[in-house]
Amino acid sequence: MNDEKNPEKQSKIDLNRRDMPKQSPEMRSHNFNEVALGYTLEDALGEAKRCLQCKKPRCVTGCPVEIDIPGFISCIVRKDFSAGIKKIKEKNCLPAVCGRVCPQESQCESQCILKNKGAEVAIGRLERFLADWGASAGKADLPPKAKPSGKKVAIVGSGPAGITVAGDLILLGHEVTIFEALHKAGGVLVYGIPEFRLPKAIVAREVEYVKSLGVKVFTDYVVGKTRSIDELLKDFDAIFIGTGAGLPWFLDIPGENLNGVYSANEYLTRMNLMKGYLFPNSATPIKNHKKVAVVGGGNVAMDSARTALRMGADEAHIVYRRSHAELPARLEESENAEEEGVIFDMLTLPVRYIGDENGWLKEIECIKMELGEPDASGRRTPVEIPNSNFRIEMDAAICAVGNSPNPLVPSTTPGLDTTRRGTLVADQETGKTTRDCVWAGGDIVTGAATVILAMGAGRKAARSIHEYLTTGKQ
Amino acid sequence: MNKVIERTMIVPNMHLLEIETPEIASKIKPGQFIIVRANDEGERIPLSVADWNSEKGTITIVFMEVGASTGALACLQAGDELATCVGPLGNETQIANYGTVLCIGGCYGIGSIYPVARALKEAGNQIITVLEARSSYLLYWVKKFATLSNKIFNITRDGSLGMKGHINRLTEIINSLPKPPDRIIVNGCTYLMAHASELTRELGITTLVNLNPIMIDGTGMCGVCRVTVADQRKFACVDGPEFNGHEVDWKEFLARRKAYMNEETLFFRKSAPKPAVHKEGKCQA
Ligand SMILES: Cc1cc2nc3c(=O)[nH]c(=O)nc-3n(C[C@H](O)[C@H](O)[C@H](O)COP(=O)(O)OP(=O)(O)OC[C@H]3O[C@@H](n4cnc5c(N)ncnc54)[C@H](O)[C@@H]3O)c2cc1C
Ligand SMILES: Cc1cc2nc3c(=O)[nH]c(=O)nc-3n(C[C@H](O)[C@H](O)[C@H](O)COP(=O)(O)OP(=O)(O)OC[C@H]3O[C@@H](n4cnc5c(N)ncnc54)[C@H](O)[C@@H]3O)c2cc1C
Ligand code: SF4
Ligand code: FES
Repeated sequence: MNDEKNPEKQSKIDLNRRDMPKQSPEMRSHNFNEVALGYTLEDALGEAKRCLQCKKPRCVTGCPVEIDIPGFISCIVRKDFSAGIKKIKEKNCLPAVCGRVCPQESQCESQCILKNKGAEVAIGRLERFLADWGASAGKADLPPKAKPSGKKVAIVGSGPAGITVAGDLILLGHEVTIFEALHKAGGVLVYGIPEFRLPKAIVAREVEYVKSLGVKVFTDYVVGKTRSIDELLKDFDAIFIGTGAGLPWFLDIPGENLNGVYSANEYLTRMNLMKGYLFPNSATPIKNHKKVAVVGGGNVAMDSARTALRMGADEAHIVYRRSHAELPARLEESENAEEEGVIFDMLTLPVRYIGDENGWLKEIECIKMELGEPDASGRRTPVEIPNSNFRIEMDAAICAVGNSPNPLVPSTTPGLDTTRRGTLVADQETGKTTRDCVWAGGDIVTGAATVILAMGAGRKAARSIHEYLTTGKQ
Repeated sequence: MNKVIERTMIVPNMHLLEIETPEIASKIKPGQFIIVRANDEGERIPLSVADWNSEKGTITIVFMEVGASTGALACLQAGDELATCVGPLGNETQIANYGTVLCIGGCYGIGSIYPVARALKEAGNQIITVLEARSSYLLYWVKKFATLSNKIFNITRDGSLGMKGHINRLTEIINSLPKPPDRIIVNGCTYLMAHASELTRELGITTLVNLNPIMIDGTGMCGVCRVTVADQRKFACVDGPEFNGHEVDWKEFLARRKAYMNEETLFFRKSAPKPAVHKEGKCQA
C-alpha cells in the first residue's frame, strides 16, 4: 500500500527527526575527539519507528549499493540488532565508516518519502548506530569461507575499494594480498579524513577484520616502484588496482611555493597519518598558524579548516569561488564547520600569494566573483568581477581544490589505458581494465568521489574477478 | 623485515647503515632513495642509497646525524628492525657514456654519489672525483673512490688533506683539467649543490644535483617536496630527485628546507639531548 494515499497512516506520521548528540561547538573545536556521539538506544528506536516501511522504498534507489534500508530499520524496531547489522553487511562491508561519512542528504535520505515533509528518516545515523552496536557487542563469528580455490589475487591500495575487494574475494576462497604504499592501511580513511570525524580505531578495526579472514597486508610497498604490475602478474592470477586519487592540485598562481602554503593532502597527512596534532609528543612537526585560509568548498576543505581551528588558529576561513548553495561538502560537515566558528568567504578566488622576505606567506590577494550562467553540470559558473581585487592577511593557506589519480601505476604499466583526466579506463559494470587479468575501481577510475562509490566499485570488481578465476572468462 | 645488519659511525656524526630488504636491493638504481621510519612513532625521512648487494638482499645508507630522526637511526644496532623502509623511490640517474664526468660529493653525498660514479665508470666514462669535507678526518671512502676515479681531488676547509678551502675551488679544479668535463653531478648538502651549480653555470657545463627537500610520502601524494625547476613546479620525489642545478630556484628551495626549523629544534631538544653539527642543510663538517 502506498502510504501517501493512506490518510489514516499519514496522520500518525512522526515528523520529529531525532538529532544526534554532538560535542558542543565550544568544546569540540579544541579537541580531536569525535564530534558526533551517535544515537542512544532511545534515539535509535524513536527514529527507526518513524520509517513508514514503504513497499517500494525510494531510499533504496538512492543508495549506491542498494542496502535494504527498510529491512534493517525494521530490525532496529524489533531490537534485533544483530539481524540488522547482518542485513547491512550483505551490501556494505564498512557500515561504521559509511554511517559517518556518506553524503546521505544527497543519496538515500534525499529520496526518502518523508523528505517532502522535511523530516526524512535519519538513515545514516541508524546505520552508524547498528555498526557501533555490532562493534561493541564484540567479535562476531567470522563468516564461512569457501574452500581454497588455489587462485591468488593482488590488491593495490588499501582504501575502501581495495578493502572491499579483499573482503569479498577471501570469502570466495581465493588467496588475497594487499599492497599499500604508506605505512598504514586504510587509504584516505587514515591519511585524509580527520580523527574527529572518523576515529582511526574504526578504520583499524575494519583492516583487522579482513586480516582476520586471512588477507595478507604488505604496507610500505609502492607498486610501480617496489614491483610493477607486470612483475606482480607473474605471481598472481588477477590484480585489482584501487590506488585512489592522491595527486593534489594547486591553483597555479604566483607564490604557491611559499612556506605556509600547503596542499590539503600534506596538511591532513601530517595531522592524521603522522599524528601531527600530538606534536611535540609525536615526531612529525606541524606549525601553529594563527590565520588560515582554506581554498575550496568540499569535504577536504572543511576537514582542513576544522583541523586548523583545533590546532589553535584564531581564524580559519573557507575561501570558495561559488556561493554557499554550491558547497560540495557533506551538509553536516559544513554546518559543523560553521558552528565551530569557521568563517566562510564565499564568491572569492585567490589570485596571488604574497610572501615576506624569508619566503613565508603573509597575504593573499583575492578577487570577488559572481555567479553566471549554469555550466554543463547545471552549476552556475563563477565569473570574476573586474577590479574587485583585495588582500587578506593570512599566515597559512591550504589548497583543497581537488585531487586526480596518481600516475605512478598507469605510467609503469604498458597497455593500461587512461583517460585525459588521468583516470583508468575500466568497464562500469565489472571494473575490467584494458589489461588482461587487471581490474580497477574507486577514485582511480572515477576521479575523487566518495567512500561508498569506491566500495560499490570494489564489490562489482570482486564479482567479475571471481567469475574470471572460476570460469577463465574475462 | 628491514633488519639492521650493521650500523657504524664511519667518521664523527656520519653513520653507515646496512639494511636487509631484498626487494629493494634487487631493484635499486644509482640516484634513487628510500624512506625510513626508525620506529613506530617515527617521522618518515628520505635517504639516498649509497650501495647495495642484491644477492645478499641488503642496501647501505650513509647518513649524517642532524636531528631527532637521524638521531634515532644512529641508535640502531645490528638485529634491530626499522618500522618502515620503502623504495626504491625517485628516478635513477641517467647512466650513459658522456665522456668525462665530474662527480662531487660532500657530507652524506660522498656516500650517495659512489654508486653513481661506479655506474658511470662501468658505462665507459672517465671519472673525476671531488670530495669535500671540513677536515681530513671527516672524509670517508677515499680509497673506494680512488679505485674508480681517473683523478681525485680532495678539498678540506682546514687544508689537512688536498686543497684548502671549500667548493669555491671547483673552478680552479675544472681549469686544471686538460679539457672541461662533459657533465657534472653533485650530491650532498644544499649549499654544496647550490654553490657548485652557480660556479658551473658560468662555465656552461651541464650540472645535475640530487635535491633533498622535506618529504613525507615520497610518492607524489602530499606535494611538500615541490621545487621550482625551469619555472615549473616539480615534485622532487617523483619528478626528481635529480634536476639540472642551473634551473633550480635555490632561494625558494633553501627557504622551504627551513620551514620546520623551530619545530625540529623543539623536538630535538625534547627527544635527544645530543649535540648537532649539521643544521639547516649546512654542512659544518
Ligand atoms: C580529506 C578528505 C575527506 C573526505 N571526506 C569524505 C566524506 O565525508 N564522505 C565520502 O564519502 N568521501 C569522502 N572523501 C572521499 C573518499 O575518501 C574517497 O573517495 C575514497 O577514500 C576513495 O577510495 P579508494 O579506495 O578509491 O582510494 P583511497 O582511499 O584513496 O586509497 C587508495 C590507497 O592506495 C594507496 N596507493 C596509491 N598508490 C599506490 C601504489 N602505487 N602502490 C600501493 N598503494 C598505493 C594509497 O596510499 C591509498 O592508501 C574524502 C576525501 C578526503 C581526501
Ligand atoms: C631524496 C633525499 C635524499 C636524502 N639522502 C640523505 C642521505 O643519504 N643521508 C643523509 O644523511 N641525509 C639525506 N637526506 C636528508 C635527510 O632526509 C634529512 O637530513 C633528515 O630528514 C633529517 O631529519 P632529522 O629529524 O634527523 O633532522 P631535523 O632536525 O628534523 O631536520 C634537519 C634538516 O633536515 C631536513 N629535513 C627535516 N625533515 C625532513 C624530511 N622529512 N624529509 C627531508 N628532509 C628533512 C630539513 O631541512 C631540516 O632543516 C636526503 C633527503 C632527500 C630529500
Ligand atoms: S527510509 Fe524513508 S523511503 Fe525508506 S522505507 Fe523508510 S520512509 Fe520509506
Ligand atoms: S614527498 Fe609527498 S609528494 Fe613528494
